[in-house]
Amino acid sequence: MNAKTIIAKRVALEFEDGYVVNLGIGIPTLAADFLPTDVSVILQSENGFLGLAPLGGLVAEVDLVNAGGKSVSIMPGGAVFDSAMSFAIIRGGHVDVTVLGSLEVDQEGNLANWMVPGKLVPGMGGAMDLVSGAKKVIVAMEHTTKDGNPKILKKCTLPLTGKGVVNFIITNLCVFEVTPAGLLLIETAPGVTVDEVRTNTVAEFVIAPHVCTMPII
Amino acid sequence: MSKITTIEQALEFVQDNMTVMIGGFLGVGTPERLVDALVIKGTKNLIGIANDTAMLDKGVGRLVVSRQLKKAVVSHIGTNPETGRLMNAGELEVELIPQGTLAEQIRAGGAGLGGILTPTGLGTIVAEGKEVIKVDDREFLLEKPLKADVALIKAHTADTAGNLIFYRSARNFNPLMAMAAKVVIVEAENIVEKGQINPDHVVTPGIFVDWIIKG
Repeated sequence: MNAKTIIAKRVALEFEDGYVVNLGIGIPTLAADFLPTDVSVILQSENGFLGLAPLGGLVAEVDLVNAGGKSVSIMPGGAVFDSAMSFAIIRGGHVDVTVLGSLEVDQEGNLANWMVPGKLVPGMGGAMDLVSGAKKVIVAMEHTTKDGNPKILKKCTLPLTGKGVVNFIITNLCVFEVTPAGLLLIETAPGVTVDEVRTNTVAEFVIAPHVCTMPII
Repeated sequence: MSKITTIEQALEFVQDNMTVMIGGFLGVGTPERLVDALVIKGTKNLIGIANDTAMLDKGVGRLVVSRQLKKAVVSHIGTNPETGRLMNAGELEVELIPQGTLAEQIRAGGAGLGGILTPTGLGTIVAEGKEVIKVDDREFLLEKPLKADVALIKAHTADTAGNLIFYRSARNFNPLMAMAAKVVIVEAENIVEKGQINPDHVVTPGIFVDWIIKG
């Protein structure tokens, strides 16, 4: 199983039947492909609709795109609305889970994913609203950068997307829960040891007494 | 008085140095014919308010490439490399605003509100220089309303009274911007007679719309 599949499969286990879910572009979007058969979720798209169909399903429509601008389709029972309504849903606590990628996360639950000063400034889009309003915020990302540098830090160095907003960090190596006392290591990926997690993580963390292997197959 | 007009006449209302709101999300729901004509007209030093600067050859992105904007007020510029290049070269001012805040600022502009209170952006650089207001025990940022001289709107169907219906995710910022500008110009794919749209289906009431051109 490659890193992205491990992350997407583990993220999918966070969804309960009937949840309203907003998935960021990239790895988070893949999670919709691994929903348990008895779980059905309603995907929200920040540009103004509920009932986003998973990619590769129904035929894509004209004038209907996801948050990444890709043509998509809408499920039976879907609903379309303007951007103020869309962000009322997001900011108002009507989204059960949002899953976002990140450049950095830290042990206080801060997240930075919208700019690298002087290099890359795409803008925050809807990310700041999503992390301030969703009931549960999950960061789903590869544990380190392509060069192997840690992304889970003591303190974010990049401009923040949100302060103290992250609830869970799911990577190809492990799952951290963000608690008021700091990071708690609750799961490791199949075949990954706690020492490997420690080697690749700058942030301080506590190992949960019940730490186990991710229940993915 | 008929609201149906030509593109040329409608764009008489867009002049140098104006603030212009333009609907769309990555080009979907942007009135492309109006943008085409605005590029040809060459109006300069505009402040553009939009969700994003779309792509080089699509939507608001074309006004970036044609150098007609002095400032872009948007939530995202990542899909248009020219926006970032001009910003870094100091040739285009870019104000980045969280998307939900931008939507509510525009809505507030049209709704006669003095601003909105949002938790979005607290503890980030978005909050710098802004007033934090405590309501009960929770902190919020005060974000002021946004208005424009002109709004360029894309609709699926307009009736001759200006009532509008939108299609799928091409709705996005369009109904909000139609409330927040002095002059509202709509590019409609279909134009029907007054009475042909069921009043229950109207999304933007016709009183907000000044001019309609066929898309």
